[in-house]
Amino acid sequence: MPTVSMTVNGKQVSGEVEARTLLAQFIRENLELTGTHIGCDTSQCGACVVHVNGSSVKSCTMLAVEADGADVTTIEGLAMDGDTLHPMQEAFRDNHGLQCGFCTPGMVMSAIDLVDRNPNPTDSEIRDWLEGNICRCTGYHNIVKSIAAGAAAMRGQKAAAE
Amino acid sequence: MYDFSFQSPASAADAASALGAAEDGKILAGGQTLLPTMKQRLAMPSDLISLKGCRDLVGISSDGSTLTIGAMTTHGAVAASTEVAKAIPALSALAGGIGDPQVRNRGTLGGSLANNDPAADYPAAVLGLGATVVTTKREIAADDYFQGMFETALDDDEIITAVRFPIPQAAGYAKFDNPASRYALVGVFVAKTAAGPRVAVTGAGQGGVFRASDIEGQIASGQEPNSASIDEGELNGDIHASPAYRKHLIGVMAKRALASAG
Ligand SMILES: Cc1cc2nc3c(=O)[nH]c(=O)nc-3n(C[C@H](O)[C@H](O)[C@H](O)COP(=O)(O)OP(=O)(O)OC[C@H]3O[C@@H](n4cnc5c(N)ncnc54)[C@H](O)[C@@H]3O)c2cc1C
Ligand code: FES
Ligand code: FES
Repeated sequence: MPTVSMTVNGKQVSGEVEARTLLAQFIRENLELTGTHIGCDTSQCGACVVHVNGSSVKSCTMLAVEADGADVTTIEGLAMDGDTLHPMQEAFRDNHGLQCGFCTPGMVMSAIDLVDRNPNPTDSEIRDWLEGNICRCTGYHNIVKSIAAGAAAMRGQKAAAE
Repeated sequence: MYDFSFQSPASAADAASALGAAEDGKILAGGQTLLPTMKQRLAMPSDLISLKGCRDLVGISSDGSTLTIGAMTTHGAVAASTEVAKAIPALSALAGGIGDPQVRNRGTLGGSLANNDPAADYPAAVLGLGATVVTTKREIAADDYFQGMFETALDDDEIITAVRFPIPQAAGYAKFDNPASRYALVGVFVAKTAAGPRVAVTGAGQGGVFRASDIEGQIASGQEPNSASIDEGELNGDIHASPAYRKHLIGVMAKRALASAG
């Protein structure tokens, strides 16, 4: 069986996997990081979105062997010291951006990739960007609000750091 | 998904020999079509040969008359490229309208063309611009490359390495997307070239992407494009749109594509 090694949330990990193991399965089953969800079998829902080398991807549509050597961030890697949420997570909490929470990890990971590329997105840019993230509960309105607020908080954090 | 053996060669030439040697091998590019197909067991290759290590297949360059894009260049990289935006802005917009951001971060030009989905976007640009598909064996003109739904001129052990797009005087792409998948219900690419206009239609034809020569003639003679002469019997009908509706959309999308070409 192939062996893969990668950095996940800042930690070096490795494991033996079947070639057909999806990155999502490796994250959930081998690493036991179950924040990354699997909501479909057709690459359409976005519950499984993680960052690979800084870009958001659907971890259900990438083989673990394809991520060999990569730098991966999952939802668990955002609040690094455990207690302080990432500003985007905080914004989802403050703006009621979730109901059941199933889509939320993917929404948050997707949103952070958007803000990394476009620090001040308009509501319509946010809605466009969410094409690949499906939510059965919220009707999206509060998700868009959360992402706009999260973007503002991320801008503030960046300005403070400079 | 059934298991397979996995290889990751470092060049397109090595990948082509691995593909030739495998019992029932398949190339893995971005995996955005192949992996979902394998999950459904519609494909069950014995070997997957990944192109991710083939650095020779990635990149965008322009010499002022031709824009060359490597087969492994992602849709996202094409959409974000200033080189592409300068040479063929319609191509940037097309790439930026494929699927969703995560599909664009992984999906590639070569994968889209090898797959030749009848509702895919890139085939319209490649045929509309009269591009050349460069492979590990030869160069194939767009007019000879697309051979029907999911069919191409590629041999079993042939790999697309790059596409060369001649830079047109102007070009535009308009797609009426399927609201669920974002694939084209109908997409029309119009290019104004020194040799006259070229018009390619995706999403509508039973045989996949096709050139609409009557619309090319209308544009050449300064008329407003219309789809009156398109044979409805050659068009797709499904739960999303009937052949008659698709025929109508071809005219509407041609007008919009022409207007966006300016
Ligand atoms: C949710 C979703 C929405 C989508 N929406 C759209 C859309 O709106 N418009 C659109 O056009 N597409 C859409 N796609 C498809 C997407 O563009 C794919 O990225 C593309 O069709 C395949 O590219 P890939 O790099 O992922 O190829 P893969 O899936 O890796 O491969 C596809 C096929 O091509 C072969 N192949 C790959 N590269 C080469 C090569 N260089 N030489 C020879 N053979 C090769 C493979 O063996 C395989 O048979 C969508 C996909 C998803 C999952
Ligand atoms: S689980 Fe639905 S897109 Fe990955
Ligand atoms: S909060 Fe339930 S699916 Fe989005």
